[in-house]
Amino acid sequence: MNNKTKYDAIKIREDFPVLFQEVNGKPLVYLDNAATTQKPLSVIRKISEYYEKYNSNIHRGVHFLSQKATAEYENSREIVRRFINAKSTKEIIFLRGTTEGINLVANSFGKSNLKAGDEILISHMEHHSNIVPWQLLCEVTGAVLKVIPISDNGELDFDAYKNLLSERTKIVGIVHQSNTLGTENPVKAMAKLAHDAGAIIVVDGAQSIQHFAVDVQDLDCDFYAFSGHKLYGPTGTGVLFGKESLLSTMPPFQGGGDMIASVTFEKTIYNSLPYKFEAGTPNIEGVIALGAAIEYIEGIGLDNIYSYEKELYSYTAEKMSEYPEIKLIGSAPKKGGVFSFVIDNIHPHDIGTIFDLEGVAIRTGHLCTQPVMKRFNIPAVSRVSLGIYNTKEDIDRAAAVVKKVLEVFA
Amino acid sequence: MDNPLREIYQQVILDHNKSPQNFRVIENPTNYSEGFNPLCGDHIHIYMNIVDGKVEDISFQGNGCAISKSSASIMTTIIKGKSREDAEKYFQKFHDMVTGVETTPEEEESLGKLLVFQGVREFPARVKCASLAWHTMHSAIEGKETTISTE
Repeated sequence: MNNKTKYDAIKIREDFPVLFQEVNGKPLVYLDNAATTQKPLSVIRKISEYYEKYNSNIHRGVHFLSQKATAEYENSREIVRRFINAKSTKEIIFLRGTTEGINLVANSFGKSNLKAGDEILISHMEHHSNIVPWQLLCEVTGAVLKVIPISDNGELDFDAYKNLLSERTKIVGIVHQSNTLGTENPVKAMAKLAHDAGAIIVVDGAQSIQHFAVDVQDLDCDFYAFSGHKLYGPTGTGVLFGKESLLSTMPPFQGGGDMIASVTFEKTIYNSLPYKFEAGTPNIEGVIALGAAIEYIEGIGLDNIYSYEKELYSYTAEKMSEYPEIKLIGSAPKKGGVFSFVIDNIHPHDIGTIFDLEGVAIRTGHLCTQPVMKRFNIPAVSRVSLGIYNTKEDIDRAAAVVKKVLEVFA
Repeated sequence: MDNPLREIYQQVILDHNKSPQNFRVIENPTNYSEGFNPLCGDHIHIYMNIVDGKVEDISFQGNGCAISKSSASIMTTIIKGKSREDAEKYFQKFHDMVTGVETTPEEEESLGKLLVFQGVREFPARVKCASLAWHTMHSAIEGKETTISTE
């Protein structure tokens, strides 16, 4: 689709069979895309194709099936490289998801580079997966975790970031777009400052990669992690981009098959990049289907997705503002399609159940961001999060449920 | 209100949610426990005064959804004045009801106003909301120091 073609969400919907069903007697509306996205037919078919035609282990067999599976798997690596504009496929490591990517950096880079008194800087809006691995690293190394504050509208306090950076800072960990607040963080500017201070920057891209174009060379980030399942691809797949100059100096994260060049009981020589970081048989069909997911997204165009979702978010905010009872959590000027809200005296779990009874899937809870809940002094939120197949009608359905919630708890 | 909605959000539940009973702290209680549902952030404190095997007083504090709050509220009204053994029996009966264990009509009758929570068993994701207060009370009676978690 080029920019002149009108974005056709109805046509895109048709590629997602799961959307065509009734839940509790009502046509399903899926608005929990920040938790996971649905999969298009091309991805589902790619998984079937792998098992029907060339299921085999990769990187070792000389037989036809293994060569075919290896070629498909490595083709996905090239698709990912192109998608995020990495310099080389050596910089693309396939893992289980964003969480494993961050854990890899913390364990491999962190343990071999940090010492007591060094500082790791993260923001107050991080997902638990970009908090806990660093805390574990701090426990082992004696490094100290520092937190960049956020403002009442959910924006990163950039001045505070500048002030917190020092020669002690070794790692900056930042979410590109917050899963709870929707805030898009100025990663490029942050990377420059981090580098000036002598630190590396690790970006959690779990909530950005599916919404706008990411160019890791332009951002100049050292590591960028994302999950396949939030990118319309299979669960259990993820990517860690790392600069080759860093990856080549880092010790392996896990040991096993595939990550070695030679093994004797006296000494093991590790495989070259990126295989050094891919121990064991990976999620082969998942990675292959992730390639199909990225090609699907590229077919629509991330720039088109970005403007469509922005427009749909504005519509969501407008519809929801019809209810003065709704309090939006996260209103940064630059934010994506995430509408988290609270209603006084109505618990998000009750809201979630009523949405479910109306066939509308949303997420409720602390969204794996308990520090954000604490920052805004709320136990939990309800979250509407948008995807490529959502329509204004979906938002109308969600808004109608809010009315019902208010009636029930009147 | 629609039927499935009414099954879970019965008027009694909504009333107790709005005006919970025994929603206060007991200073220096004989028994106390704290319960958590990490899934949704529900957090409850149960305070009890048990004298000579009888629950003289019981109260609760905390944050939670309508189901967990009303369940705690109704629980305190039922348990107050009961023997420790009866309180434990009610815990078991309530637990069986919301988890869908088959009950006899007599057992159902003995549940009295707790029957408003019967609809919850149709909502697996919400069973923990209804049972959090009960598990926490059970732990308070047993005098365990550990924090109760539904996960």
